[in-house]
Amino acid sequence: MKTFLILEDGTVFEGIHIGAKKDVISEIVFNTSMAGYLEVLTDPSYAGQAVCMTYPLIGNYGICKEDMESKRPWPDGFIVRELSRVPSNFRCDITIQQFLELNGVPGIAGIDTRALTRILREKGTMNGMITTNENYNLDEIIPQLKMYTTGKVVERVSCEEKYVLPGTQKIAENGPFSGSSVFNKEDYKAGIREKKPSLVRELNGRGLRVALLDLGAKDNIARSLAARGCEVTVYPAWTMAEEILADKPDGIMLSNGPGDPKECTSIIEEIRKLYESEVPIFAICLGHQLMALATGADTFKMKYGHRGGNHPVKDLQTGRVYISSQNHGYVVDMDKLDPRVAVPAFVNVNDGTNEGLSYTGKNIFTVQFHPEACPGPQDSSYLFDRFINTMREEGVCHA
Amino acid sequence: MPKNPNVKRVLVIGSGPIVIGQAAEFDYAGTQACRSLKEEGMEVILVNSNPATIMTDGDIADKVYIEPLTVKVLEQIILKEKPDSLLPNMGGQAGLNLGMELDESGFLKEHGVTLLGTTAKTIRKAEDRLEFKETMEKIGEPCAPSLVVENIEDGVAFASQIGYPVVLRPAYTLGGSGGGIAHDQVQLEEILANGLRLSRVGQVLVERCIAGWKEIEYEVMRDGAGNCITVCNMENIDPVGVHTGDSIVVAPSQTLGDKEYQMLRSSALNIINELGITGGCNVQFALHPTSFEYCVIEVNPRVSRSSALASKATGYPIAKVAAKIALGYTLDEIKNAITGKTYASFEPTLDYCVVKIPRLPFDKFITAKRTLTTQMKATGEVMSIGDNFEGALMKAIRSLEQHVDCLRSYDFTDLSKEELLERLKIVDDQRIYMIAEAIRKGIDYETIHDITMVDIWFIDKIAILTEMEAALEKGPLTLELLKEAKRIEFPDNVIARLTGKSEEEIKKMRYDNGIVAAFKMVDTCAAEFAATTPYYYSVFGSETEVVESHPKKKVLVLGSGPIRIGQGIEFDYCSVHATWAFAREGYETIIINNNPETVSTDFDIADKLYFEPLTPEDVENIVNVEKPDGAVVQFGGQTAIKLTESLMKMGVPILGTRAKDVDAAEDRELFDKILEETQIPRAAGGTVYTAEQAKEVANRLGYPVLVRPSYVLGGQGMQIAISDEEIEEFMAVINRYEQDHPILVDKYLQGKELEVDAVCDGTDILIPGIMEHIERTGVHSGDSISVYPAPTVSEKVKETIAEYSRRLAKALHVIGLINIQFIAVEDEVYVIEVNPRSSRTVPYISKVTGIPIVDLATEVIIGKKIRDLGYEPGLQPAADYFAIKMPVFSFEKIRGAEISLGPEMKSTGECLGIARTFNEALYKAFLGAGVNLPKHKQMIITVKDADKGEAIEVARRFEKLGYIIYATRSTAKALNDAGVKARKVNKIQQESPTVMDLILGHRIDLVIDTPTQGRDKNRDGFLIRRTAIETGVNCITAMDTAAALVTSLENAESQEEMTLIDVATIAKRGK
Repeated sequence: MKTFLILEDGTVFEGIHIGAKKDVISEIVFNTSMAGYLEVLTDPSYAGQAVCMTYPLIGNYGICKEDMESKRPWPDGFIVRELSRVPSNFRCDITIQQFLELNGVPGIAGIDTRALTRILREKGTMNGMITTNENYNLDEIIPQLKMYTTGKVVERVSCEEKYVLPGTQKIAENGPFSGSSVFNKEDYKAGIREKKPSLVRELNGRGLRVALLDLGAKDNIARSLAARGCEVTVYPAWTMAEEILADKPDGIMLSNGPGDPKECTSIIEEIRKLYESEVPIFAICLGHQLMALATGADTFKMKYGHRGGNHPVKDLQTGRVYISSQNHGYVVDMDKLDPRVAVPAFVNVNDGTNEGLSYTGKNIFTVQFHPEACPGPQDSSYLFDRFINTMREEGVCHA
Repeated sequence: MPKNPNVKRVLVIGSGPIVIGQAAEFDYAGTQACRSLKEEGMEVILVNSNPATIMTDGDIADKVYIEPLTVKVLEQIILKEKPDSLLPNMGGQAGLNLGMELDESGFLKEHGVTLLGTTAKTIRKAEDRLEFKETMEKIGEPCAPSLVVENIEDGVAFASQIGYPVVLRPAYTLGGSGGGIAHDQVQLEEILANGLRLSRVGQVLVERCIAGWKEIEYEVMRDGAGNCITVCNMENIDPVGVHTGDSIVVAPSQTLGDKEYQMLRSSALNIINELGITGGCNVQFALHPTSFEYCVIEVNPRVSRSSALASKATGYPIAKVAAKIALGYTLDEIKNAITGKTYASFEPTLDYCVVKIPRLPFDKFITAKRTLTTQMKATGEVMSIGDNFEGALMKAIRSLEQHVDCLRSYDFTDLSKEELLERLKIVDDQRIYMIAEAIRKGIDYETIHDITMVDIWFIDKIAILTEMEAALEKGPLTLELLKEAKRIEFPDNVIARLTGKSEEEIKKMRYDNGIVAAFKMVDTCAAEFAATTPYYYSVFGSETEVVESHPKKKVLVLGSGPIRIGQGIEFDYCSVHATWAFAREGYETIIINNNPETVSTDFDIADKLYFEPLTPEDVENIVNVEKPDGAVVQFGGQTAIKLTESLMKMGVPILGTRAKDVDAAEDRELFDKILEETQIPRAAGGTVYTAEQAKEVANRLGYPVLVRPSYVLGGQGMQIAISDEEIEEFMAVINRYEQDHPILVDKYLQGKELEVDAVCDGTDILIPGIMEHIERTGVHSGDSISVYPAPTVSEKVKETIAEYSRRLAKALHVIGLINIQFIAVEDEVYVIEVNPRSSRTVPYISKVTGIPIVDLATEVIIGKKIRDLGYEPGLQPAADYFAIKMPVFSFEKIRGAEISLGPEMKSTGECLGIARTFNEALYKAFLGAGVNLPKHKQMIITVKDADKGEAIEVARRFEKLGYIIYATRSTAKALNDAGVKARKVNKIQQESPTVMDLILGHRIDLVIDTPTQGRDKNRDGFLIRRTAIETGVNCITAMDTAAALVTSLENAESQEEMTLIDVATIAKRGK
């Protein structure tokens, strides 16, 4: 079926329909990751946006449900050059076509995604519509597009009730294998599958209890802590600071999430209270922006954001550069930082924007990028260990 | 970290002659590294024995030594030049091994030379099988169970413990040389014996076979501060079991999810960190197709063929960045030259798909086994870029120039389903075509996958291509169908063939409906940042990105495609120099090429680079967008010449020699007319199409005759025939492919072969020098030892050659380069052939005479005159040096290839020996080619009757040098009768000890075996020669070569220290 992507500036792309059969208006963003489309689709930070993948071949390994970063896909729409006809992977459960249809995500394929990306790069992120209506009227649609805002989305994506993820008890026999390199086709046919390897080699978080404020958290944040032995309690975004502190966590984690941080006015107030407490805090992405806003700093919307798995960030403490996974459209304004409150801890090597803050006199450390990866490089997963060390140094160990 | 202030004078080691497994990619890497070092103000001293390279040009390095790459030579250079540092990781395995040897012996330390980049300790950790395995175990990175063995018994014992099949990998060898998969003990013993001998340290790894797993590679960079990035990953379509150099490779990986992708990426970073590599590194993994289990196959702690491919696939200049890292910079201090905004400390992300296909030499070695194994056989490769996999594969296929343009190019329609299932088990260069036929015959994906282990995703993509073939055949050709066919890159001629229309009709239908190629940019960042790099590829069904043009005249330089025997790196040298010369003259330059290993496809060589197939249609797409003012075809070998007619049809003027004059040189009748007019003699001959006609001509001329197709390079298909039967055999071989041009049959003249490369401006001709071949006529010029200045011909012959050259160039209205080959029989000179274009000897003669021929040719092409350029026309006075070009072969890599020399070229590369005396130059040339005698001073001579007389003289000289000579019956008799002591040995079928036993006894240094005429006539000789090559014994098949070798050895005895010549000081003459 013919489908159109209409941008706010009047550009129209013609392609073919994929996914659910419905029209949608959303903010159009692009992601440059070459693999990990399922992780992108299920990242709650994409709520309120339609994602264009710059890599042209999508769906090659189908959908492996265990790789989902939340219970469902969040983008309003999905824009690709080409969807693979036949997926191929030993874990593949369903095709991406089926996944999009089942979850009501509409999309468009067969368009020049590079041309779209260049428009977004030049003109900045803008709104757009995916429609199958061949008789669309630009005069009607464009004002509609201009009016669209993402609005308050955090509440939509957060978990509804508090729940607990227990810490891993022993190092799973899931590290990289050594020596046993026998390909056994019979086993494979019988459905025998190897376990996933893990980066974690030490349960250094054993006995620590972490409170995770779910602002639209990717599952791998909680998993990364649990894999190190931490017990993680996940709280809905609207939880009061008092309630979290009353549970006496050893540390608090603020997650990633969607939308304009400045929309989260009440959450910012609660985070201010968390800041006032002496509990160590580690925050990622939206959590990082909200902590900054809660302590008097400012954020602004970037022209087209950072979305991909190849962004270099420099750890200002060590001078080392790490390749990071990123997904953000807003950023903390470094010019308006009060060094008495917070100082930059990470910067983006490409454009010099802020990528992390260290809070003066506090055990608070926040980053703009995604140490939990999924999708993207695992280089900065050491930050979870750093957080665990901070909690340990605080001496509130229950072990 | 700022750059290390102690580094001022850097010695860079090149990779030597082009051989299979070590090819043009190291010229690309070395050139980029040298330019990068000079950018930083370093003084660069370069050593490389290969004269055909850009890196050995005086303007790339400050001091250039084209000397044999041996420890002794390097020590001498270090003593003379006193470098403070040595960069060993740009010259492939050869360079790395030399660096290691110099370090291990303590020589570097003694003379205050620091190894730059990766340290010797790291290299050992990565290269020594045992140390590597221990290191991997320490950091928990899995390797397949394996054992390093130094003898056959241990290998057999270990294999029986872990079970067959097992993989064998010799330590410190090129392109997996001597490796293989053994399915039983017999195979194990055979391969292991060979591998132990080939390994520099006598070690072979015996490893559990993981054939069939996915083969995935990561290109990793690390700086001295420990920052790491991966430049790209690549997936081999051919699973583990085929050398990655012989595999079809796609970038980025297509069938890995983020979990697998990141798992292997983290592992690669983990490994490079533990090894402490600073610079570039390649990590190869085997990934189980149905689990997360993986093994580290190997690590190359240096730039490699894969890193050249990764550079071209992503735009990230690996060698350049590696050189900067070696000087102490960190990744976040090095600018990304493509965006100009971002830094080297980021990971390229692709928004396209890259396919590489190896160029295998089975069209040259028709007797060789086509099977692909862990031993690399490809001489070169092509790369293509598209926004879908099917299209990229189609583009790569037609880039190969092997008479293939789609998946139907090999016809297997006759095979039944059962035969196909059997045939699919064979892993060779035709496997994708076989898979396509299996799909057409209705064999399901699972079955094909189970046999081949090729991933289902790739099989489905091949199926999409076969479905399109069927749809086009069925018709009707709707616009929608045409659009889809073009999107997956079906060329017009294939669409025409399948639909029964003409190519013109298809083209018209496309143009009428706006179905034209669009051009996209390679920018390392998927359009996230604005880039200015003029590096483009074509796609259908998209918009063209703005291709900015300057208000200058535009010239199109056509490249030479994949490296193959007969058309090597020399033509890239010429293309690059022509491009630079045009740029100096104020032109905007555009290069079209598809070879990822070369300097010409580096994005900063021309103003614009189009990475595209070199077919008329693909070139026309570019012409439509660029509208160039002219094109030059005379530098890009036969690949470019073949495009002349098409370019003219497109309305692009050919700069330099006119197309009709190029034709006149190739067209027998026209050329004969010119010879008549200019009164130049040539061997009598005629043109034919059929075997009958050929026999008639041959009988008229009298045997022996030379049979060859016209319009080919490297004497492909050229043979000396001595009988009607042979004519029939050779004509059948030539006519395997439809010939667009007639076949030439000439009287074979035996004499001295001479060659000139010259520049002509239409009036005057400049001849830098005359080269004389050591082998007499009958051996292809590319396989002959070539000597400049010609040492044995009379002044009269030289004058005649100069005069004939002048007449020919003028008669053919040559503007630019011309290459002419002559035969001198006594003082009579005959012309063999004239090529109004660049040749394989151009870089060599430019370097040794100091006359920059390509630059001059370019200036002449744009209208300058030789006299205005400061040169006196005519034959230039001889230089002060003797320079000898020695061919280098890769026979040991190609099982079953006939090694005897003849009119068809077989060498893969060359090296140079340059010295004040002929003898020293000859000695250096042999040394550079790896002919390192003597060890045991024992040799075998077995020659055909016609050579017996010469064999006696040669044998006498070897005897004088103390050699023990073995000879077969009749040769022994001839030698003994002439008073040369020769021990008689039996032929192969006779009782032991036979010639074979002697060779296999590992006590023989040299075999001289001149084959009787004709292919396959002498299986004994063939077996002797193959066995010699495969056991590492030098084997000579022409008496002239043997005589030269003994001359060199006589000289070696008296040679104390070699004189070193800095080629950069050979002044640019006439300027």
